[in-house]
Amino acid sequence: MTAQKAIMAGLSAASLVLAGGLASAAEHYGPGVSDTEIKIGNTVPYSGPASALGQLGKSEAAYFAMINDQGGINGRKINFISRDDGYSPPKTVEQTRKMVEEDQVLLIFGTVGTPPNSAIHDYLNDNKVPQLFIATSAEKWNDPKHFPWTMAWSPAYQTEARIDGHYILENLPNAKIAVLYQNDDFGKDYLTGLRQGLGDKADKMIVAIKSYETGDPTVDSQIVALAGSGADVLLIAATTKFAALAIRKVYDIGWKPTQFLSYVSNSVGAVMKPAGLEKGVGIISAAFDKDPTDPQWQDTPAYKEWLAWMKKYNPSANIADALAVDGYGRAQTMVAVLRACGDDLTRENVMKQAASLHDLKLPMVLPGITLSTGPDDYAPMKQMQLMKFDGNTWKLFGDVLSGS
Amino acid sequence: MTKSVLALAADDIRAGRYAGLSIGAWRWLAAGGAVALAVALPFAASKYQVFELTMVMIYAIAVLGLNILTGYNGQISLGHGGFFAAGAYTTAILMQRYGVPYWATLPPAALVSFVLGVLFGLPALRFEGPYLALVTLAMAVAVPQFLKYFDTWTGGVQGINLIKVKPPSGIGLDHDRWLYFVVLVILVLAMRVAANLLHGRSGRALVAIRDHPIAAAAMGIPTARYKTLAFGTSTMFTGVAGALAAIVIGYVSPEGYSVFLSLSFLVGSAVGGIATIGGAIVGGLFIQFVPNLANDISDAAPWAVYGLAMLLFMYAMPRGVVGSLEPWLRRLSRRIRPHDAAMRK
Repeated sequence: MTAQKAIMAGLSAASLVLAGGLASAAEHYGPGVSDTEIKIGNTVPYSGPASALGQLGKSEAAYFAMINDQGGINGRKINFISRDDGYSPPKTVEQTRKMVEEDQVLLIFGTVGTPPNSAIHDYLNDNKVPQLFIATSAEKWNDPKHFPWTMAWSPAYQTEARIDGHYILENLPNAKIAVLYQNDDFGKDYLTGLRQGLGDKADKMIVAIKSYETGDPTVDSQIVALAGSGADVLLIAATTKFAALAIRKVYDIGWKPTQFLSYVSNSVGAVMKPAGLEKGVGIISAAFDKDPTDPQWQDTPAYKEWLAWMKKYNPSANIADALAVDGYGRAQTMVAVLRACGDDLTRENVMKQAASLHDLKLPMVLPGITLSTGPDDYAPMKQMQLMKFDGNTWKLFGDVLSGS
Repeated sequence: MTKSVLALAADDIRAGRYAGLSIGAWRWLAAGGAVALAVALPFAASKYQVFELTMVMIYAIAVLGLNILTGYNGQISLGHGGFFAAGAYTTAILMQRYGVPYWATLPPAALVSFVLGVLFGLPALRFEGPYLALVTLAMAVAVPQFLKYFDTWTGGVQGINLIKVKPPSGIGLDHDRWLYFVVLVILVLAMRVAANLLHGRSGRALVAIRDHPIAAAAMGIPTARYKTLAFGTSTMFTGVAGALAAIVIGYVSPEGYSVFLSLSFLVGSAVGGIATIGGAIVGGLFIQFVPNLANDISDAAPWAVYGLAMLLFMYAMPRGVVGSLEPWLRRLSRRIRPHDAAMRK
């Protein structure tokens, strides 16, 4: 070779190496990522008894469709693979494994339900696949030390209970508190959170505690016993059916405590109406999302944007469906995390960005509530606002309260 | 005198030889081929496919149990999902609470489901046909509630996470492939046990009770004992399948054992061939793959597609896949035998 050719060859080789080096410094791709798309996986009960929750998957898909129409995330479209698991954990395991091993998704997002998520908890952490913004509120999802790949989204039950505890300390300092709780992790989370919220005063203020099993026909005897303790505050840590039964019984025996109701059981249609609308007046619960039927949001730009999205991308959903607001916000959080990753779309970086949220504001979440996470704090939402039932609807009051 | 090729071939067939081998030898080859395929498959397939095939075999064992009871003994059960759950929870509780290794939980799971089946089979003696079906449906509906109620034992709604099975070191198999072989061995064992049971005296007694209960009793067959034992044996198979499912999935919770599971077993059984042993494998394939395929075909109405698939199978092969094939296979062997017998004279 002549000297000239040698120099050219050397320069080409050098520039190739440099370009390769620059390229690998600029773009890191995990599974499911290319220059044009990001694959994410999701399971939701589209069929079976829990199929009402299927709206979460539909709303999330609709939101990603809108983002894709707007150009995607840093030029990449979201390929949202959402499969039905019928709320059956073996099916969740099967579909999740398929998405991770066959479809090669980058991460699993928004899986619905505590049992389905429990079934894939170990598998995803063992295989280092992000299990992000799952639709369940048990405390066990906030455990970065043992499960660094799992993160929930909405406020945990313990968070709401802590908020209730703080509120009682401030506004009802001499209260005598009775607690009705479902005898499982959900109910026990409430008891734990209430104790934490009350601090040292917990043992003094909590005068009566009664539990019920999900197989029990009524909670009448528990309510009567709690009333007999002389308590003037009642925490109802119950799921829909039992919450309705409790509210009705409390009214029927003429007991008038200040009642705090778990946010999973405050649906007007599913709980307040069956209990009897007049029987629930004055009950306090908590919220983090804007209620789409609340008139105070109707003229705000955030609501109008949401409504426009609903009409164009999610027309099959009911405008009053809180799940459509939930899915919208959840998907927005996912998009924010992926955008923050830039071109470094590895699973490790996704978790890093998810654990670095600083006061993220979402348009359909109540003003004042922001999302923040850290390496030791995998609970994005720690605030809620209290609301009181007026016989017709829930009316927000007071400030946004922190449950940390 | 030299014979033409055709004449030589005709001689061969008259002597019961096909391409130089007798039917018996062909059967051995087929069995050997199936075993070789079953052993080689997990190495050619991906981890996820191996997991799917393991689930197929587990459902096959469950459906085999149902075949014994409903196919061979005529007692309809819409409640086998409950016995599947009984086996699963026995394994889960033993592994999680008492640290029992996974393989040692299988005999207790078998025992528990057997006893439960006998206990259920005794009062079931009073019921026939659709009434028995209703009684067993009660089992299917009640079991998830029971599981939620006794939550100190069962973990209630939260369920139980099982520790991941570690394959023995030195064998060089990963978790999925090891479990595949464990389940394969149990499936082959189950089919062997079922074949011995059903092709012998007990099997004939069960079939007699199914087809002509009064004549069977008149002949001296203790029908109550056989029916109860059939129940127990059937639920034992399904319970062991449930235990294996718990080990493979790694998690149990009441939601995994709905009424629909019981119905799926019956569908799989009917599609495969309700009074066959091999049909259980076809049933397992149906239960595992058809819902997923239905989902791929139609996003909006997958269960309609599932129902359609069921109808097509039953219309085309009313006795199930294997049930409809069996007469053909038997016809094949019958054609040779008269010649065999004639030759041996």
